[in-house]
Order: sequence, then C-alpha cells, then structure tokens
Amino acid sequence: MRYLRLAGIFWAASAAARMEYRAAFAVSLVAAVVETAGKLFGVYLFYSNGYDLGGWRWQEALLVLGFAQLVDAFFILLFQPNLRRISEMVQDGTLDFVLLKPVDGQFWMSVQQVGVVGFPYLVTALALLLFAGSASGLPAGGWGLLGVAAVAAVLLGYAVAFLLATTSIWFVKIFNVVYFLSSMIWSAQYPVQAYARPFRLFMTFVLPVYFMTTAPAELALGRAQASWAWALFAVALGFFLLSRAFWRFALRYYSSASS
Amino acid sequence: MSVVVANRLSKMYQVAEKEPGLAGTLRHFVARRYKQIAAVREVSFELGEGEIVGFLGPNGAGKTTTLKMLTGLLYPTSGRAQVLGYVPHERRSGFLKQITLVMGNKAQLIWDLPVLDTLRVNAAVYEIPEVEYKKRVAQFAEMLAIEDILTQPVRKLSLGQRMKAELLASLLHHPRVLFLDEPTLGLDVNAQVAVRDFVRSYARERGATVLLTSHYMADIEALAERVILIHEGRLLFDGGLETLLDRFAPYKEVRLDLAEPAPAGAFDAFGEGVDFEGRSVRLLVTKERLTGVVAALLERFEVRDLTVDEPPLEEVIGRIFAAGAV
Repeated sequence: MRYLRLAGIFWAASAAARMEYRAAFAVSLVAAVVETAGKLFGVYLFYSNGYDLGGWRWQEALLVLGFAQLVDAFFILLFQPNLRRISEMVQDGTLDFVLLKPVDGQFWMSVQQVGVVGFPYLVTALALLLFAGSASGLPAGGWGLLGVAAVAAVLLGYAVAFLLATTSIWFVKIFNVVYFLSSMIWSAQYPVQAYARPFRLFMTFVLPVYFMTTAPAELALGRAQASWAWALFAVALGFFLLSRAFWRFALRYYSSASS
Repeated sequence: MSVVVANRLSKMYQVAEKEPGLAGTLRHFVARRYKQIAAVREVSFELGEGEIVGFLGPNGAGKTTTLKMLTGLLYPTSGRAQVLGYVPHERRSGFLKQITLVMGNKAQLIWDLPVLDTLRVNAAVYEIPEVEYKKRVAQFAEMLAIEDILTQPVRKLSLGQRMKAELLASLLHHPRVLFLDEPTLGLDVNAQVAVRDFVRSYARERGATVLLTSHYMADIEALAERVILIHEGRLLFDGGLETLLDRFAPYKEVRLDLAEPAPAGAFDAFGEGVDFEGRSVRLLVTKERLTGVVAALLERFEVRDLTVDEPPLEEVIGRIFAAGAV
C-alpha cells in the first residue's frame, strides 16, 4: 500500500514536471501515430509483394509488431527515464539518498519518473494488438494467453533493462546499453522465423527479445502449447529475480561519489 | 549503551591511475593500472546516546568515508560498524528509519519542484501520518524560519534556504542518530548560526546522537564537547574539546592595540606566529611564559588595549595536522 502511494506521488510529480512542455507532448502524439503507420506500411510492403515473414499471415505478423510496440511503449514510459537515473545518480552521488531510505531501492529507481510521451505509444500498441488479435480470429482462450504473454513480455523487458542498467554501479556511463536493448526490440518486430539462423539464436539466447515479441504472439495464436505460457512467465520471473539479486550484489561495490 | 560503534573500521579503495596526454589515455584504455588507497585505517570510537561529537580532519582524511560506512552506504573492507544495534550495510528498514545523513554538497530535494513535494515523498516513505506530518513541517519550518519558501521550486532558493529545507527533509522522520557532513558548507554567517541553533535544539529536545564534520570550527565549538580527529585515515585524537586545547594548544593568543607603530620584528622575541599590522599585533605565547611576556610588553610598549584569549580552533587543528602526528 505504501509502495502504491509512493508510486502515485512520484508519477504525479514527474508528470506535472513533464506536462509543462505541451509542445513536446503534442509532437510525441503525432510521432507515435506516424511511427506506427510507418511500421504498418513496412509489413504491408512485404505482404503486398507476395512475400511472407517466416510463414506468418499478415495479421499474425501484426500481432508480433503489436508486442514490440507494447514493450517499447514501456521503455519510453518507465524504463528509459528511470534507468537512466541510475547512471546519473551514481555519477553525482545522489544515489546515496535513495539507499538511505527505508524503501526498496530497486522499486525507487524503477518508478521515480514517468515519461508521459510514452502514453500515445501505449495506446497505439494496445490498438494494434486488439486489431491484429481480432483479424487473426483469436478465441477467448487466445485473448487470455495474449494478456498473460503481454505481462510476461513487459516484465522481461524491464528485468533485462534493469540488469544492464545496474552495471552503472561499476561502469558509471553505461546507460547506452539500455538504448541498445530498446533498438534490439525493434529488430524483433517481425517474427524471428523470418531472420537468418545466427540472428535468430542471438535474439533468443543472447538478448532475449524473442520472448518479448514473437513468443507471446505464438502463444496467443496457439502456435505454441498453452503450457508454454508458464514457461514464458517463468523466464520473465527468473530474469526479474535475477535483476533483484544482481542489484543487491552490485550495491556491495557501490563506492558513492566522493564529496 | 553505545549508540554508534566503530571497531577497527577500515576501507580500501581501488583507484585507476592515468598518465597525462594521448599516450597515457591510450594506455589507460588498453591496460588500466590500479592502486589501492587506504581511505580509513582501523578507526575505533563509540558514541553514547545524546552525544554531539565533532569529527575533524583535513580534506581526504577519511571523515566522509567513515560516515558512509556508519550509514551503510559503503561496505567496510574490514572491522565492524554498529549503529543502534544494527549492522549499517545490511540496511534494515528499522535502522534506516532511525538515522539520517545530511551532506552539505549533495541535495535530496527534488530540483524542479517545491520543497513540499520532497517533504510529501519523505512523509510517505517514513509512513508519517498526515496530521503528524503537518505538525512537524510547521514546527521545523518555524524553527528554521523558512515557512514562506516551502511552496517555491527548489531551484529558485538561495543556498542557505536550500540547506535549511534539506535539514527539514532529513529530520522529518525524527531520526535518533544524525550524521552531518559539512552541513554549513558555503553558507553565510547568519545561515550557519541558524543551522547550528536548529541542530542543537533538535538534539537537545529529542536526545539525538550527532556526529558532525565541518570545516567551520565555530560549528564544532558551538555544538560539540567532544571531538574525534582523523588524519590520513587514522584516528589521532578522541576526547574533550578542552583536553584537545590543553594538550595541543599550550599557548594563548595575545592581542595588542598600540598607541604608536612599532618597528618590524619588535615582537619576534615574545612569541610565535606574530601577526603585525600597523598598530595591531597578534602573537601566540606559551602558557608558562604568559605572565612574564604580558608584563614585558606593557613595560616596553605604550599599549592602548591588551586581550588574552584561547587561540582559534582552526589554528590549533592546523598545527596538529601540520605536525603530522599527535
């Protein structure tokens, strides 16, 4: 309850500061629509020329695109603005104040800011998922799996991003790796079956973006067994727990910028 | 029972060494060399309930590192720290709710928002009920005379106002142990006095234990009866301020106001550290020689005014550190 209240206070303050810049918000609204349209056009180009992406129908490929858009929206909304702060606060030493509070440090560093410009992206992602799901003729069970898979995909995206951002404790200026992860998600905006094998392996086992885009779509569409939903969830939860353990481990090496 | 315990506390840092120039930069990038720096070496002391202790040392002596180990921000390389019965680096909630760390050169206030926004966050963090929160804010704001600035964005405040607001935010949860690291850094005299008065009132009212570092000896003199001296990571002295002065400042400061200017060098035989400017003279005289020197000065010069006082603490400490050992 205290954590919910804290998140509410943080977001209200952060949104208030960012909503001051109305022009930036308006631009992001337009950008979200234009970017989404551009990506849809990309899928259209493939399919209008008789090419299919790894044996997926166009409406199914749109589902993969929807998951990529969803995870990316959370990057813009929460992960990037917050995780960037880890690097900044290690540099200027103000992480001290977070670590001195009787609150979970990982929670604080993950929810302190909200990038309101991510909201239009979230809305277009949800619209795309709804449209692609309907066009693919998802049954009721498929929608349920889609919901579970969406939560797992976002949780996994967060956990991997937090793991990478935590390395700031040692390397300080390392935040660009989070942007790298974000760009990798866009590399996985099409079904992985459409890619060459080495790249497929990389997206599955090195940077697990496969589990954030293609795998959730496979689940919702029934291309994978329903029990795989739990496997996907287990992967996400495993990474989340790993991110917590790694954060606690990293703090042993926190040297607190000197005064 | 001791509230704060440092038992042979040590902290080693690994620091990368880099030579200047492009070649040095390339070498630093390819094969980095490190050296071990001992920031704190086997420092031991204990603080009792309600004690206010001054923690002194030149820059780089290890004061802040010690404070950070005692607040749990840093893991000690060896030795043991204990505060209120807790091991600080375990950062248990019960421990963090009872301590605070104020740093004169770092701010926890949210830069773009009014002070009240940071206070609201802290009230939620420390689970302070609304009525109690308002009462505490009103009381502290009045003591610090900052009632009018709480609704202003932090970036619009002066340094003095910011530090007062910082103190308010740091003490809102009524901590039992205060670690204050240069809380008056850069403040003007009035703001320094206000901060000192506030800390003293708070500590007295709540029986809080305070460990205070400051470059302004007036802070130490006004607040602390006991001082701990640290130099190059080692503890040099731990005891009463009076004892420190007796042991390490066996001299008095004599100030003269002369009726006529005296020739340069006229006072060299009377004491050390002669400061001579027109008709004003200041010199340090050992306590044993004091009576004789004063009598000789009065006899030899036409003196309008003469005062004898303790030397400034800055000077005493400076001499101890310059000597290198105690």
